Amino acid sequence: MTTTDLAVPDESAPVRRHALSRRHREWGLAYLLLLPALLVFGVFTFYPFLKNFKLALYQNPPYPGLPSHYVGLSQVGSVLSSTSFHQSLVSTFFYVLMVVPVGLLGGLLLAIAAHKAIRGMSMFRTAFSSTVVSSVAVAAVVFGTLMDPVVGLLPWLGIDPHPAILQNPTWALPAVSLIAVWQFLGLSFIIMTAGLQSLPDEILEAARLDGAGGWTMFWRVTVPLLSPTLFFGLVVGTIYAFQSFGQIDILIGPQNSGFTHTNVLLYYVYQALSIQHDPGVAAVLSIVLFIILLVFTLAQMRYLERRVTYAAN
Amino acid sequence: MPPTESATLDRPTGAGQPGSATPAPTPHRRRRRARLFLRYVLLSVGAVVILFPLYMAVVNSLLAPSQIAHQPPPFFPFNPQWGSYRKAWTEGDLGIYLRNSAIQTSVIVAGQLATSILAAYAFAFLDFPFKRTLFIVFLATLMIPFEVTIATNLATVSSLGWFNTFAGLTIPFLATGFGTFLLRQAFLQIPRDLREAAQLDGYGNMRFLWFVALPLVRPALAALGVFSFLGAWNQYLWPLLVTGNDNSVRTVQIGLKQLLNTQLDQINVSLAGTVIAVIPLLIILVVFQKQLVRSLTSGAVK
Repeated sequence: MTTTDLAVPDESAPVRRHALSRRHREWGLAYLLLLPALLVFGVFTFYPFLKNFKLALYQNPPYPGLPSHYVGLSQVGSVLSSTSFHQSLVSTFFYVLMVVPVGLLGGLLLAIAAHKAIRGMSMFRTAFSSTVVSSVAVAAVVFGTLMDPVVGLLPWLGIDPHPAILQNPTWALPAVSLIAVWQFLGLSFIIMTAGLQSLPDEILEAARLDGAGGWTMFWRVTVPLLSPTLFFGLVVGTIYAFQSFGQIDILIGPQNSGFTHTNVLLYYVYQALSIQHDPGVAAVLSIVLFIILLVFTLAQMRYLERRVTYAAN
Repeated sequence: MPPTESATLDRPTGAGQPGSATPAPTPHRRRRRARLFLRYVLLSVGAVVILFPLYMAVVNSLLAPSQIAHQPPPFFPFNPQWGSYRKAWTEGDLGIYLRNSAIQTSVIVAGQLATSILAAYAFAFLDFPFKRTLFIVFLATLMIPFEVTIATNLATVSSLGWFNTFAGLTIPFLATGFGTFLLRQAFLQIPRDLREAAQLDGYGNMRFLWFVALPLVRPALAALGVFSFLGAWNQYLWPLLVTGNDNSVRTVQIGLKQLLNTQLDQINVSLAGTVIAVIPLLIILVVFQKQLVRSLTSGAVK
C-alpha cells in the first residue's frame, strides 16, 4: 500500500530527498482528506459524548437563567435511585422483549417461506422488505388510526378496552411495541434472507437427502447454520428497539407516557431535555443508555472487525 | 467477496434441483404441488399482514370523514374522495414539508458521500503517521449513538445560531463512520497494480480517485447513498428538537405529527399526508432494492 515503495530503487541522495518530500506531501494530503469528517465527529460526536460526563455532575438551577452548580455524584445517585428511572428501565426491558424476538422470528419465517425461486417471488420479497422504508412517523399515524377507539378496527374486532388502548396502562406499551415489530419485520426479513442465501446449498441438500423432515431440518440444520445471522439480527434489533422514540411521542405524548408506562429510556431522555429543560438529568440518562447500547454495539462491531481482517489480508 | 454480489434478494435459490428435469412419479409430484400451494398461501398471508396497515391508510385517506367511523369498517373506497390529498398538500403545508425534507436529505446524502469518500481514500491508499489510531477513532464513532449526544448538541446548535435552520438539521450528520468503513472496504478491493499503473501514467491521487477508484466502487457508493437517504429522510428525534415551531424548515416527518395533532377530526387528511410522505421511499425501495439490501446486511454475512 505504501506509495514510497514506488520511488526509484536508486540510492542516490537527490532522489531520496525527493521521495522524502513526496512522503510528507502524502501525509499532508491524508490529514486534509480526513479533516472534514474529523471536524464533524469532534464537534457533534466526541465533544457532546464527553460533555455528558461533566453535565451529569452539575445540577440545573431552580429558575432558568441562573448558573447550574456542581453537585458531584449526588445527581447521578438521585436519578439512578428514582422510581421513575426504575419504571423507565422496566418499561424499556419489556418493550425490547416484546419487539425483538417476535420481529426476528417473523422475519425468519418470512425469509424461509421466500427462500425458493418460484414465480412471483420478487414481488413477495419487495412486499416483505417494504416496512424497512416506512418512517416511524408514517407507522405511528397509520397504526394510530387502526387503534383508534372510534375510527379504528378494534371495536369491529370486539376489542374495546377502557380507557382507550393508547391511554391504557396495561395495553399502551404492547400497542406501541406492535408498531416497532411491524417496522422491524422488513429489516429482519432482509437480514435473514441474506443469511439463508449465504448457506451452502449442498449441506441443505445433503440433509434433505438424508431424510431430514421439515421440522428436524429447521431446528437441526437451518437454525444452527444460521446462528451467526440470528445473533447479528438480535444485536441490530435490540439496538433498534432501544432507540424507539417517535411512535411514543406521536401516539402517547409526554402527558400520558408516565402513567401508561411508555416512558422508555430514550423518551425519558427527551422529556428531561425538552420538557423539564434539565440537561444534567438528561446527561445521566444518556450515559446509562450509552452503556447499555455499548454492549450490543461491541457485539455488532465484532462482525465489522472480522470483515476488516478479511479485507486486510 | 466481490462487492456486487454480497447479498441480493433476487438471487435464484433452489434452482436446478435434482430430478426436476425428469418426470417424477405421480404421488410425489402431487405432494410437491401441495407443498408449493402451501408455500403460496403462507407467502400471501405474510404479504397481507405486512401490507395491511399501509393498505388501510390508503383506503381511509380516500373515505369521507363520515364513512371512516362506519362499523363495520369499509375495506375498499368505492367512492374515493381525493379532496383529502389536496387538503393535506395546501392546508397541511405538506408541499413545504416535502421540500424541506428534500433539501435536508440531499444535503446529508451528498455530505456523507463526500466526507466518506475522502476519508476512505486516505485510509485505503495513503500512508501516514497515526493511521491505525485515526481509523480506530472513526470506528469509535459507531459506538456512540446519536441519541446519547442530543443534550449537548442541542446547546451547540443553539449557540451557533443554527436553531430552526437547515444548518442545524444537517451539519451534525455530515460524516459517518459506517460510510467511511464501507467505502474503505470497497477501495481495498481495487488491485494495487492498477494504482501503480495509474501513477506511472502520471495520475496524482485526486485524478486516480476521480477517474479510476470511484467508477470502480460505484456499487458501494450506491449502497451508501441509499442507506444515507433512508436514514436522513426518516429522521424524527433530531428534526423535532431543532425545528421548534417554524414551518419553513420543518421536515415531513414532523409535519405528519403536526397534521395529526391539529386536525384530529380529519383523519383522512392526515392519512393522505402519510401516503404522500411514504411514496418517495417506496419508489426508492423498488428501484434500489439491491443496494439497500447490501447496505443493511453489510456485516450480517461473511
